[in-house]
Amino acid sequence: MTTADQVNRLESGGRIHREKPLSFTFDGKKMIGYEGDTLASALLANGVSVVARSFKYSRPRGIVGHGAEEPNAIIQLGEGNATVPNLRATQVELYEGLQATAVSGWPNVEFDLMGLIGIFGRLMPPGFYYKTFMRPQRLWMTYEHIIRKAAGLGKAPTEADPDSYDKLNQHCDVLVVGAGPAGLAAALTAARTGARVIIADEQQGFGGSLLASVLSINAQPAAGWVADTIDELKSFDSVQLLPRSTVFGYYDHNFLAILERRSDHVGLTAITGSRQRLHRVRAKQVVLATGAIERPLVFAHNDVPGVMLASSVSTYIQRYAVIPGRTLLLSTTNDGAYQTAIDWHQAGRHVAAIVDSRPQVNGPLIETAKQLGIHVISGHAVIEALGKKRVTGAIIAPINSTGAALTGTPKTLSCDLIASSGGWSPAIHLSSHTGAKPYWDDKKIAFLPGNSRQQEQSAGSANGCWTLQGCLQEGIEVGAAAAQKAGFSPAVDQPVDFHCNEPLQQSPHALFLVPHPKSTSRAPSQFVDLQLDVTAAAIELAAREGYESVEHAKRYTAMGFGTDQGKLGNINGIAILANALGQTISETGTTMFRPAYTPTTFGAIAGRDIGALFDPERYTAMHRWHQEHGATWENVGQWKRPWYFPQQSEHMHEAVNRECLAVRNSVGILDASTLGKIDIQGPDAAEFITRIYTNSYLKLAIGKCRYGVMLKEDGMIFDDGVTACLAENHYLMFTTTGGAAGVLAWLELWQQTEWPDLQVYFTSVTDHWATATVTGPNARKVIAKVCDDIDLSNDNFAFMDWRDGTVAEIKARLFRISFTGELSYEVNVPAHYGRFIWEKLLEAGKEFDITPYGTETMHVLRAEKGFIIVGQDTDGSVTPHDMNMSWVIAKNKTFSFLGKRSLERSDSLRDQRKQLVGLKTREPQQVLPEGAQIVNDQNQLLPMAMQGHVTSSYYSANLGHSIALAVVKGGLNRLGETVYCPLADGRILAAEIVSSVFYDPEGARQHV
Amino acid sequence: MLHIYCPHCQQHREEDEFSYSGEAHIQRPSNPEILTDKDWGDYLFFRKNPRGLHHEMWYHAAGCRRYFNATRDTVSYEIMETYPVGTRPQIAPLPTIGDDAT
Repeated sequence: MTTADQVNRLESGGRIHREKPLSFTFDGKKMIGYEGDTLASALLANGVSVVARSFKYSRPRGIVGHGAEEPNAIIQLGEGNATVPNLRATQVELYEGLQATAVSGWPNVEFDLMGLIGIFGRLMPPGFYYKTFMRPQRLWMTYEHIIRKAAGLGKAPTEADPDSYDKLNQHCDVLVVGAGPAGLAAALTAARTGARVIIADEQQGFGGSLLASVLSINAQPAAGWVADTIDELKSFDSVQLLPRSTVFGYYDHNFLAILERRSDHVGLTAITGSRQRLHRVRAKQVVLATGAIERPLVFAHNDVPGVMLASSVSTYIQRYAVIPGRTLLLSTTNDGAYQTAIDWHQAGRHVAAIVDSRPQVNGPLIETAKQLGIHVISGHAVIEALGKKRVTGAIIAPINSTGAALTGTPKTLSCDLIASSGGWSPAIHLSSHTGAKPYWDDKKIAFLPGNSRQQEQSAGSANGCWTLQGCLQEGIEVGAAAAQKAGFSPAVDQPVDFHCNEPLQQSPHALFLVPHPKSTSRAPSQFVDLQLDVTAAAIELAAREGYESVEHAKRYTAMGFGTDQGKLGNINGIAILANALGQTISETGTTMFRPAYTPTTFGAIAGRDIGALFDPERYTAMHRWHQEHGATWENVGQWKRPWYFPQQSEHMHEAVNRECLAVRNSVGILDASTLGKIDIQGPDAAEFITRIYTNSYLKLAIGKCRYGVMLKEDGMIFDDGVTACLAENHYLMFTTTGGAAGVLAWLELWQQTEWPDLQVYFTSVTDHWATATVTGPNARKVIAKVCDDIDLSNDNFAFMDWRDGTVAEIKARLFRISFTGELSYEVNVPAHYGRFIWEKLLEAGKEFDITPYGTETMHVLRAEKGFIIVGQDTDGSVTPHDMNMSWVIAKNKTFSFLGKRSLERSDSLRDQRKQLVGLKTREPQQVLPEGAQIVNDQNQLLPMAMQGHVTSSYYSANLGHSIALAVVKGGLNRLGETVYCPLADGRILAAEIVSSVFYDPEGARQHV
Repeated sequence: MLHIYCPHCQQHREEDEFSYSGEAHIQRPSNPEILTDKDWGDYLFFRKNPRGLHHEMWYHAAGCRRYFNATRDTVSYEIMETYPVGTRPQIAPLPTIGDDAT
C-alpha cells in the first residue's frame, strides 16, 4: 500500500494536496488517496473498477458520475453506532482512516454468487411487485426478506447516534442555490445591493463546473475568477457562504431546508460541536442555479464498469488528476463532450476514437480534436459495450440522421473506457418541489423549469443555458432582479459583460436510445436506470401492457425509484416511453421530483428534539419531593405525575393496594397540581359557562362549586371538571390534566367567533397554583392541625364549598371536592409554596399515617365510585346519557347549550347505544384487561357479535375483588346478565353486568 | 411550512404558532331546537372542500390566542388575505344572503 498504487493518478495537476496522503479502506482493502479527493476519485486513482452489484441482476457496476447523480457507487461508511448507509462515493470527501464498504454484492462485489446464479433478474420483470409477490399473498414476507438482502440497501445503525445535530432558523433576502458560474454571479450581484444573501452549494468548494474547467473568464483562468468572487462575497457582512450544504427541499411560502455537513469530511463523528446542521430558511427571493446533469447514452451493456459520463471523466482528470482508464472511446451527440477526449489526450493517454452520432461535424472543438490526431467518426454511435467486470471494447455502427436506425455494418474497437454524452438535463428538482410543471424544449433537448409558483427564478444551466458566458450573464440578471424584488436598488458599479474563450458549438443531436441490430426486447440489456436495473425493454413492455401515463410507467417499472431518484435515467426513460407510445416527449410529460434532492440524515431533521427534549416535560412544584421518595412516573400529557410510591421491595399492586386502603381507612394525600385551571372573568361569565356546560351556573353562589360536563356540538363528552364561583363575575374552571389547552382554545373559539357580544375573559392559571388533595375519613383532623382561620365543620364548610384561609401560615384556597368519594380538601397555594405546604400537610398527617398516593390509586378509588375519566371511559363517541349521567344535563336552560340539539338526534336516541356499566368477574381475583372486547355468547363462531369493551379495570383492595367499567350495548337495561371477554391468549373470562358504582352507592362518605 | 400574517399581531409568523380551525363563516343556528335532524346535521358535519380558494379559520395558539380568517388557495397554498373574525373577505366574496357572516 503506497502512493504508487494509484495507477490512474496523473503526475501533476488537480485540486488535490499531494503532500497530504490519506489512507482508507474499501471492502477491507487498504488504499491511499490525497486530501481533496472524494472517495470515488480515490477509488478510480487506485484502479478500482467494480464498486457495486446491481439491484435485480447482480451485475458488476462501476463509478459513472462525479456528484449527486451517481447511481452505482453507493457505499456504507464506517461501522458501529456512527455508520452511515447509502452514501454516494462521489460525494464523500476522503479523510484519514475512512472505511467504506459496498452495500451490495455477496460475499463481495468482485465475486458475487447471486450474479452467478442470475436467478433474481428472471424473477423480476417490470411490475414485479404486482406480478410476482401478490400471489400467493402470504409469501410476501418471505419475498420481502430475500429482496431486501439482495437489493443492496445499506444497513441502518442499531445503536444510538453518538453525534449531535443542530437546527437553525434563518431569514434572508436572496437565497442562491448552487455556487457555479450562474450562482456566484447572482450572489455577487445581489450582495452588492446590500441584500442579505445566503449562497449554498453541496460541494466542498464553490465554483461548480468551473473547478474542472479549462476556460477563462475575462482573460483570467476560471478558477481565478471563482477565487476573486468568493473573496468579494466574504467581504460582505450580509452574506453567508455555506459550502458542503445541500438545499434538499423547497417548501411552501419560500421555505427551504439546507443540510450543512460540518464535520463529515474529517471523520465519521464530529470532534467538536454538531456533526450537521439543518438550516430552515425563509427567503424573500430564491435563485435556483443548481446546474445540469449530463445525460448518458443508452446502448447495450452500457452498465459495464468503465462506461462513464463524459463530463465526469473530464472532472476526474482536471479536478482530481485521476484518469480512469488507458484507452478512451467517446460516444457523443454534441460538441461539448469533445473536451473530454482532448483532456484525455492531453493527459497522455490514448483516445481510440470519438464517435459522434451527427452525420456532419465541424467547429472549433472538433478541429482541435482532429489537430491532436484524435480519430473522429461521425454518423456513428456505440451500440454495445464489451466486457464483464471492465470494458474491453465497444461495438460501433453507423446510424441515420434521426438516430432511429442503424444504416451499416457494426465494427469493434478496443478500449477500456467508454465516455458517453447525450447532452444535458437541467437540475430542475427544486423548482419542481414548488409545484412548477416542467416543460419540454425541443431545441434545448431538455425539460426546463416551469412557471414559478413561488418567489424564485432559475438561472444558468439549471435554466437550460448551455454557454458559460450565458450562465454568467443570466446569473447577473436574475441576481439583480431578485435583490430588486426583495427591495434593494441596483448597485452602481455592477460588472456587465463577461468574455469567455468558449468555442462556438453546433447543434446537438437528440438521441435517447441507441438502436441495436436486434430489437429492443431481444437486444442485450440497454440500461436506463442503473440503480434499479430498469432497461429500455422494460419501459417498452410497460407501454405495451397499457401503462401510458408516465407516472404509471414509472411505478410499474420502478424507474427513478432509487435513492438517486433517477437523476441520470429519467429523461431517457421518458423519451423511450414517448417513442413506444408514438407521442412526443412534451405529450408524455415528466414525473415530478419531490424532496429530498439527496438523502438527508434523520439526525439533522430531529436536531436536539430527541431524548428528554423530544417533548417538554412539565413538573409540579412538589416534583422533587416525589423523586426523593421513590415515585414511579406516569406521563399525563406533558406532565410527569407520580404513578405510585413503592416502599422497600413492594411490587406495583402491593403499593397500590396499600395506598387505596390508607385513603379509605385513614387519610391519603395526592399531588393534584396538574389539573387544568382557567380563570374566567367578566359580566357575562356565568352566562358563557352555562352555554358551554350542560348544567347551569347562573345561580351558583360565591363560595360554591359545581361539577359540569362539556360537550362538543355533536353531543359527545369532551371534558369535565368543577367550576367555582370566586366572586361576582369571577369563576375558576378546572379541566382535565390533558384537556387544559384544548378547553381554553374551545372557550376562546366560541367567545371570539359566535358570542363576541358576551363580555368574558379567560386566563390559564394552571401553573400558578400547587394543589395537594387531602382525602379520607381523617382529612378534617389533618387540615385542622394546620388551619385555624376556617370553620371546618360540615355545616359551615360543606361538600362542594370552597373557602379562603391560611394553611401553615400560607394564604390558601380550600375546595371540598372529591374524586375518591371520601371527605376531601383540595388545598391550593401559590405554586412556589407547593413543596412547603406538601411537607406541612405530611407532618400534620403523621399521626394518622397519612399516605402519599399516585395516579394509579386515584384511578382505582374513582373507579370504585364509578366516576369516569374523560378520555379513558369516554372516547369522543359517548353522550352523558350513555355514561349514565343524565343528571348532569339541565332540562330548562333558556339557551340551547353546546351539544344539546345533538342529544335529540335520532342516532343519539337509538336503542343499543353503548352504555357505561360495571363488570364483576366470575372469578373475583381475575382482573380483566382494559380494552377487552365483550360478547354475549362465548360459543358463537367468528366473527362474534361485539357488544362493547372494557374501559377501566383494576383490583380493588377495599372490596376484595376486581372491578371494571365497560361500555356495553344497551348495558343499563342488562344489569345482572353475564357477558364474556375472549382474550388474545385464548382464555374467555365471564363477568356479570353490575352498577358502575361499586362503593358507597349513597355517596355518604364525602358528605361527612 | 406556511408563513401566515396574523391580522391581530400584524406580523408574518411561522405556521408552528398557529393551528387550523376549519371552514370559516359557519354560523351557529340561532335556534337549534327547531331544526330538523338533516338541517342540524348539515351545520354539524358538512364542510366545503374546494379545489381553489377557501375561506378558513386559523387560531394563533402560540401567539395572541385569537382566531382569524384566511382566504387560501388549496392548490398552491397561497394565502391571499387574512382578516378578523366578523369581517368579510375581499377575495372570492361570500354570497350576500342571510345574516352577517362571522
